[in-house]
Amino acid sequence: MNDLKDLYQEVILDHNKRPRNFCKLQQANHHAEGYNPLCGDHIDIYLQMEGDLIKDISFEGSGCAISKASASLMTDTLKGKTREKAETLFDGFHQMVTGGTGPAGKEIPQEMGKLAVFSGVREFPARVKCASLAWHTFHAALENRHEAVSTEEEDLNGKPAQQS
Amino acid sequence: MKFDIVKIREEFPILRQKAHGKPLVYLDNAATSHKPRAVLKTLEQFYTEDNANIHRGVHILSERATEAYEAARAKVQHFIHANRPDEIIFTRGTTEAINLVAQSYGRPNLNAGDEVLITEMEHHSNIVPWQMICEERGALLKVVPVNDAGELRLDQFEKLLSSKTRIVAVTHMSNVLGTINPVKEIIQKAHQKNIPVLLDGAQAIAHLAVNVEELDCDFYVFSAHKLYGPTGVGVLYGKRALLEAMPPYQGGGDMIRSVTFEKTTYNQLPYKFEAGTPNIAGAIGLGAAIDYLRTIDFEKAAHHERELLAYATETLQSIPGVRIIGTAKNKASVISFSLEGVHPHDIGTILDQEGVAIRTGHHCAQPLMKRFGVPATARISLAFYNTREEIDIFIRSLKKVKEVFK
Ligand SMILES: Cc1ncc(COP(=O)(O)O)c(C=O)c1O
Repeated sequence: MNDLKDLYQEVILDHNKRPRNFCKLQQANHHAEGYNPLCGDHIDIYLQMEGDLIKDISFEGSGCAISKASASLMTDTLKGKTREKAETLFDGFHQMVTGGTGPAGKEIPQEMGKLAVFSGVREFPARVKCASLAWHTFHAALENRHEAVSTEEEDLNGKPAQQS
Repeated sequence: MKFDIVKIREEFPILRQKAHGKPLVYLDNAATSHKPRAVLKTLEQFYTEDNANIHRGVHILSERATEAYEAARAKVQHFIHANRPDEIIFTRGTTEAINLVAQSYGRPNLNAGDEVLITEMEHHSNIVPWQMICEERGALLKVVPVNDAGELRLDQFEKLLSSKTRIVAVTHMSNVLGTINPVKEIIQKAHQKNIPVLLDGAQAIAHLAVNVEELDCDFYVFSAHKLYGPTGVGVLYGKRALLEAMPPYQGGGDMIRSVTFEKTTYNQLPYKFEAGTPNIAGAIGLGAAIDYLRTIDFEKAAHHERELLAYATETLQSIPGVRIIGTAKNKASVISFSLEGVHPHDIGTILDQEGVAIRTGHHCAQPLMKRFGVPATARISLAFYNTREEIDIFIRSLKKVKEVFK
């Protein structure tokens, strides 16, 4: 049986209750909007980029505990990182929540740090999109996409569809 | 005849299973209901004994299949008290039936500046088809608001019903709020201005006794799968005169009388609207569901549902932080709610782990979510096979949700 405690870990509940970096970033030079049409979750990601450096990052929106905590922990983790490092973490996160790494599969790389609390999500397929919404939206913000990203624009393999 | 819940549950084999190691408590009947053994048996029997295409074979299988398909039509006719069997069109479901009316009735009757009147509590399937045809024809979509209890504002309805209104499309019962609309009054008011009314009966059909003749509605639509029948089949009832005047919805086999490359003449009702091989087994399965419902005493079943609804409402309300969305005086079988500090999606996941199946999200009614200022709700929806014990399990599980999120 899946254990609820694996999904709703203390850290996740804490970030849900008191999300970090939960505001609109005044100095943002990148922004994107993300949307999960299935459950109505909605998120805005703001980025202040200095060259390839994520100087500051924040989010706003409404959603379930998993999506809110994911956004909160993501912003915490990405602040001060380079774009390249962020991409690596994005890949690692995607692998972890879709089951490529972790207890059942390979080990979770050390560099995932606190993000490892989301490894329980893979046991709850219906919640994978909740956990990855913030990350897809972050990705769109890097590219300053103007159309909102939607979790339903993934192809059948679970990869986000390429947008023009 | 006593309402014997134990015996009734035996007729629904799916209910016997465990979910995540706990007895399944299925409270998502508004999304789809389960199928009694009689329906399952009928489907199997059709495919093992009678399977054939209809209306075209000379052989015995085709004869039997055609007969069973048309018998199902007659069962639907009598179930909703329609005058004639050719007023019953089999569709893919509620959604297709509404699209059919929007296209075949809407297109010829809507011109620039005309209006279609719907309500704020409609399912997307009774919004989007109208939006599409309105856009095409330059017509306007008007919306009757609901009050804080989730009841239609009848005063507003009367105001919005104008000389430009060409059709009124309204749900008989809301899938989110449970509200039963005063459709008889709505129909009378619309008819005073010669405006036809379509009723979306997707929810009502399983909980209310529907009599289209008495209601005097012009169109009534529903899906078999919410009436204990199979998926992929539904019904459009339409008054014969209206259906006669409407052009076909789709072209193809079965809906024609004769075809040349120069001109095609269409078949008579109801076949004019049933292009292509229909869901034969599905329609026959719907017939079996109706037969089954006749054996259980619909009035007693409805009474049992009302008792469950009252019990669930009362116990839910006693939990601090619960807000029930949809408190209409006249409602049935559906409770939408939110729990302070917990997103519905999280409620759904935790209840699922307890074996309790509910629906969370916007329930295909985003404008209604906006009206009540919530992104989503959690929803339980009852059927006559649910029990008080199941409500107790649901409530206990909900308390667990509060534990996790305390
Ligand atoms: C009120 C209402 N209308 C329409 C529909 C659409 O029914 P279907 O998806 O079977 O076409 C539903 C089903 O969810 C409903 O509840």
